[in-house]
Amino acid sequence: MSLTQKDKAAVKALWAKISKSADAIGSDALSRMLTVYPQTKTYFSHWPDMSPGSAPVKAHGKKVMGGINLAVSKIDDLTNGLLELSEQHAFQLRVDPTNFKILSHCVLVVVSSMFPNDFTPEAHVAFDKFLTAVALALSEKYR
Amino acid sequence: MVEWTDKERSTVSAIWEKIDIDVIGPEALARVLIVYPWTERYFGTFGDIFSATAVLGNAKVAAHGKVVLKALDSAVKNMDNIKATYADLSRLHYEKLSVDPDNFKLLADCITIAVACKLKSALNPQAQATWQKFLSVVVDAMSSQYF
Repeated sequence: MSLTQKDKAAVKALWAKISKSADAIGSDALSRMLTVYPQTKTYFSHWPDMSPGSAPVKAHGKKVMGGINLAVSKIDDLTNGLLELSEQHAFQLRVDPTNFKILSHCVLVVVSSMFPNDFTPEAHVAFDKFLTAVALALSEKYR
Repeated sequence: MVEWTDKERSTVSAIWEKIDIDVIGPEALARVLIVYPWTERYFGTFGDIFSATAVLGNAKVAAHGKVVLKALDSAVKNMDNIKATYADLSRLHYEKLSVDPDNFKLLADCITIAVACKLKSALNPQAQATWQKFLSVVVDAMSSQYF
């Protein structure tokens, strides 16, 4: 299920519309992930505050969306483009890859709620494929 | 037995009240067919469902979307008995329709996204958690009569 030229164009078009709100999207998506899928909290036990919209959640949401921004710019070669991030996730963070799907879903819900007119079914399929491809690239170095 | 707090019950009802079945149903089903195109296998009699444009303009898809979302009403009205409420539908989807139960989760996700588009920030993290808990109970009930 690799990204076609049409998918890449759709992702870039959507990103152009939503990237100004990247920080808010990241914070909201992460807040939802921690609330809707409480098992994900196990990765953040070192945070003083895991509640929705808290300082650590906001900061981390911004970081994650920075990664997505990088991925958009490297959309033609995600495996190589995200190599460093993959190594970080594989060897330091060791996040179970099922969680990539969970966070992706939360990102989709946030984008739907913030940009309902732009998140058409066509944009939805392209962005879902993109986030799946990003997750795959991030898992590249796992084993 | 699934336990529901009073807050969860009122959250589900409040969300349901804001949903127009005739709009959200078609939208959710259209998204399923567009985002997960392999689901086209179950709708051989619907005519052209092989492009996003075709799906979005297809009257049978819209009609069926309404049927599916209307059925969710039974769960909203019978939150303490969702498994029994969907036993017959589950059997139908298994024995007659041969639907892979993984597809129920795909539909649930598309319903959530369609609801998010409509409710926007009103579907806050806690509401989303409750709504997804509700849908996962429905998904389990729909899978309950399989093998």
